[in-house]
Amino acid sequence: MRIRGYKVSVTAQIGIVVVVINLFVALFAPLIAPFDQATPVGDAWADPSAQHWLGLDNLGRDILSRLIYGARMSIGLSLVITALSFLIGVISGFAAAVAGGWIDQALSRLVDLLLSMPTLIFAFVILSVLGSALPVLIFTIAILDSTKVFRLARSVAINIVSLEFVEAARLRGEGWWWIVTREVLPNAVPPLTAEFGLRFCFTFLFIAALSFLGLGVQPPNADWGSMVKEYGEMINLGSAAPLYPAGAIAILVIGANFIVDWMLSIHSRGQGEGA
Amino acid sequence: MLNLVLQRLGLGVLTLFAASILIFIGTEILPGDLASAILQNSATPESLAKLRLDLGLDRPAILRFFDWLFGVLHGDFGHSLANGRDVLTEIAPRFANTMFLAAYAAIVAVPLAIGLGLLAAIRQGGVFDRLVNVFTLMTISVPEYFLAYLLIKYVAVDLGWFPSLANVTPETSFIDRLYYAFLPMVTLVLVIVAHMMRMTRASVLSVMASPYIEMAILKGLRKSRIVVRHALPNALAPIISVVALNLAYLIVGVVIVETVFVYPGLGQLMVDEVSKHDVPVVQACGLIFAATFILLNMTADILAILSNPRLRQPR
Amino acid sequence: MSELDYWNGRLLKGAVSRREFMGRAAALGASTLAISTMLASADARADETPKKGGVLRLGLGGGSTTDSIDVTSYNDSVMIDTGHGLFDGIVEWGQDGRPHPDLAESFEPANGAKDWIFNLRKGIKFSNGQEFTADDAIYSLNLHRGDTKSGGASTFKPVTDIKKLDKYQIQISLNGPDADLPYALTDYHVGIVPDGFKDWAKPVGTGAFSLDKFDPGVRISLKKTRDYWKPDRGWLDGIEVTVINDSSARLNALISGQIDAINRVDHKAVALLSKSPKLQIVRASGGWHAVMAMQCDKAPYDNPDIRMALKLATDREQILKALFSGYGTVGNDHPIPPNDPYFNKELPQRKYDPDKAAAAFKKAGLTDPKILLQASDAAFNGAVDEGALLQASASKAGIKVDLKKEPADGFWDNVWLKGAFVSSYWGGRAAATQMLSVAYAGSAPWNETHWNNEKFEKLLADARGETDEAKRKPYIWEMQAMLNEQGGAIIPVFKDWLDAHLDKVGGHTPHGGFDMDNGYIMQKAWLKS
Repeated sequence: MRIRGYKVSVTAQIGIVVVVINLFVALFAPLIAPFDQATPVGDAWADPSAQHWLGLDNLGRDILSRLIYGARMSIGLSLVITALSFLIGVISGFAAAVAGGWIDQALSRLVDLLLSMPTLIFAFVILSVLGSALPVLIFTIAILDSTKVFRLARSVAINIVSLEFVEAARLRGEGWWWIVTREVLPNAVPPLTAEFGLRFCFTFLFIAALSFLGLGVQPPNADWGSMVKEYGEMINLGSAAPLYPAGAIAILVIGANFIVDWMLSIHSRGQGEGA
Repeated sequence: MLNLVLQRLGLGVLTLFAASILIFIGTEILPGDLASAILQNSATPESLAKLRLDLGLDRPAILRFFDWLFGVLHGDFGHSLANGRDVLTEIAPRFANTMFLAAYAAIVAVPLAIGLGLLAAIRQGGVFDRLVNVFTLMTISVPEYFLAYLLIKYVAVDLGWFPSLANVTPETSFIDRLYYAFLPMVTLVLVIVAHMMRMTRASVLSVMASPYIEMAILKGLRKSRIVVRHALPNALAPIISVVALNLAYLIVGVVIVETVFVYPGLGQLMVDEVSKHDVPVVQACGLIFAATFILLNMTADILAILSNPRLRQPR
Repeated sequence: MSELDYWNGRLLKGAVSRREFMGRAAALGASTLAISTMLASADARADETPKKGGVLRLGLGGGSTTDSIDVTSYNDSVMIDTGHGLFDGIVEWGQDGRPHPDLAESFEPANGAKDWIFNLRKGIKFSNGQEFTADDAIYSLNLHRGDTKSGGASTFKPVTDIKKLDKYQIQISLNGPDADLPYALTDYHVGIVPDGFKDWAKPVGTGAFSLDKFDPGVRISLKKTRDYWKPDRGWLDGIEVTVINDSSARLNALISGQIDAINRVDHKAVALLSKSPKLQIVRASGGWHAVMAMQCDKAPYDNPDIRMALKLATDREQILKALFSGYGTVGNDHPIPPNDPYFNKELPQRKYDPDKAAAAFKKAGLTDPKILLQASDAAFNGAVDEGALLQASASKAGIKVDLKKEPADGFWDNVWLKGAFVSSYWGGRAAATQMLSVAYAGSAPWNETHWNNEKFEKLLADARGETDEAKRKPYIWEMQAMLNEQGGAIIPVFKDWLDAHLDKVGGHTPHGGFDMDNGYIMQKAWLKS
């Protein structure tokens, strides 16, 4: 298999298959799921059976169906949040690095400030000011994450900006837009892609972590992070229930990162060959 | 160089001041208050009013802020509203525990992550690379308490190698501490290794593509030597910032690990106090966390500058 | 009773020797197997004789860094248990559900139960050597009266005066008759300290133990420094409390033997644990109940048919199974638990009936009423799941229930008592009239269902004023029937308290009041050799 002239490695192929299946499941959840995600269909924590492949959850709902519906919520939310946080973080990070001076200082200190606020307090404040609707959750996590993206983007960009060829471009009178798009962005892609692959994963769990604040996915809707959280204790009692949502997250994250790794290897080879 | 550090330090103090204002405002607008958080559904309007009066919640916020700041500058963080204990004596041993666990985990995790990242970069695409990646990705796909439960179930309960409770006391000796805190440490290491390891790998690989590394390869140098001697120094900036982020997490984000292992650190204290709205303690914790973040980020910035000769001259 | 049973009973009481028993039993024709079984169970019982000494390690949930030894601040297990180790009360809520003498030797009503006289015990010494007298009792009770932040303030609200009759006798006067005042005084906030005592960091009490170390939310250690005045209590040399709020961590600590006894066992784990030969589960049916409170004066819940429709649409068995693994009893929409002496046994148990629910819903005649349940796990762990189950079972009756998960923080401030349909809970009260007054009296500040009914008020006042148990029973039964039929509270379940301990712990008995033997574990527990 080749994409745009590049050979796609076996692992990347696996990654693509995993991601595509997940997206498919997320899109067509109501058609695929054997049961409704909200209706109890038997005893709590019933063992897997021919009818319920993964067994039933704490309220007697079909785990497989909740997993399928959960894909929709989890993947959708994580993608939106991560994309938003990268948009904010990368733009402001590059701006700080390229502009330098007081803009850099102002942005950096603002981010220090945001980072240094305990997440719990930050979330509480947002909650009490803006309420607990879904857009608020997206906004809150995106802002919190973007500070971390900012620090990374800035540190990568600063290194590049200080290189001779960028100095030369500056002296040539190139504008900052040219510098960012032609010099900074291509060189910053590898670490940022790697970061994207992981932030995406952290977001799954972060959504669940904030759910006790009442932020986020409203019951009875399922999301993978909250499923791991709700079923987690069962691992002590010899039940495999928490392994399913955790496994779903792991498989998707590993699949996505296989693609990321492949892109990284193309990048390093591509540059070497001057492509 | 000294100038740069001093300037950065000054800005750090300024940021800390701004953070203190934000923390104060934040604790002001928290929904609910200590009085009803403590009394839950056994609160009578009279007992609520009395508790609020005792807590001084009737005075203007701005006055209370300057009182607080003045106290803090003199090392007086006030007294807990809930049980009247001095905030500093309440926090100090907890903070020491938190720092101990963070340091314990960092000493293991940082070299491990960078080492694995470099090895993975050297063997890019090989079996080792793939295995390390899949394993570390799996460890971050599950919440930390889940890792903790697994460790407790298998290592503590079934094998009995380590205790499931890490309830260290001030009298616990250093060696015992290492023993008690072993499982929490492993949990934290598993949580943070992936991020640092993958960033190391990615930024080293990205540098490997630059022309001067091509030159080194053409000169016939061994790949491992190229990675460690030539690529790593130039790939340090993003690695440093990710390490700093993870170290910060070790200090301010370990609530869940503390709860599961019953480790008396600052995180558990913070959650208790926030949910009970014990404002002076929350503010003191917030300030400590803020100072930690600002200090770590500052160190990261300075290290990044040091690692890049071109940045040592201010533009 | 057969003759063999009689001799077996004598054996268990230790009234006959093993040798004599074997002879008698054989003479009565009992098989060797039966005899040896009886002997073994008698040996097991012998192991039940309390022993002195040892340090008990408790792993308790329900502790916080904000805890204080101040009795007025108690609100959860760790401090309630510790309080009973350090201090004594005036009256104790016994396992039979009745008030028993504690520091008060006896008590009797006067003036038609408007006044109560308490005769105090003589010769009891505080840990500082001072003798316990009426002044100490009055000071300690007054901690919860008037200008106070005590969580026990509501208990003392009807108290108008507490006065000293002599050195060992006090009189408590009320604003109206209350035949159940001694029950009210079993409140865990009542701990007796010396007159004028303020320094809670160095507690002085008449309790079995003295404070050794106190690290709030982390650990507490108590030591025995003198003989306890109760001859059948206070066996241990010391107690180490480790605060473990995570339920899995608590279980693991018990299983791996790092802790001797724990409270709040995860109901999901009970089946697994009961198989273990090393430990015992202590299960007690109690008065703790979940509530879904509809305010009777707010639309659409002002319509009695809507209230009835939602009550019928609640699948109690399912909620009991899912939320508590069946460890509890189903509720009947009134707050009196089945083990209460005044429980209305003749009231038929309400059952899930989607057809009847649909009929009642239709009868209400409202087009698309908006039914929104506000739930939060701050109310109790599982409240949101309870809502999800109601949502599912109601939809089978064609009733659409919306569910909103509220932030845990600020729930009691911003949602409870404010929302028209809200999840909440009540811990049990020692007396039925107390429970009915606290949440269902029209003027009660915590009347979460805005229940206000003239007939009910009259019944309640009559019940409180009547000291003759037979006469007050019909009043209390009638009130339960009224709440069941018309009230605004859906009460699906009463939960059991679940504790566990290693085999070596004795004296850890079930009590319907609260976990860990209603908080008396420290006084009652002992260790087998």
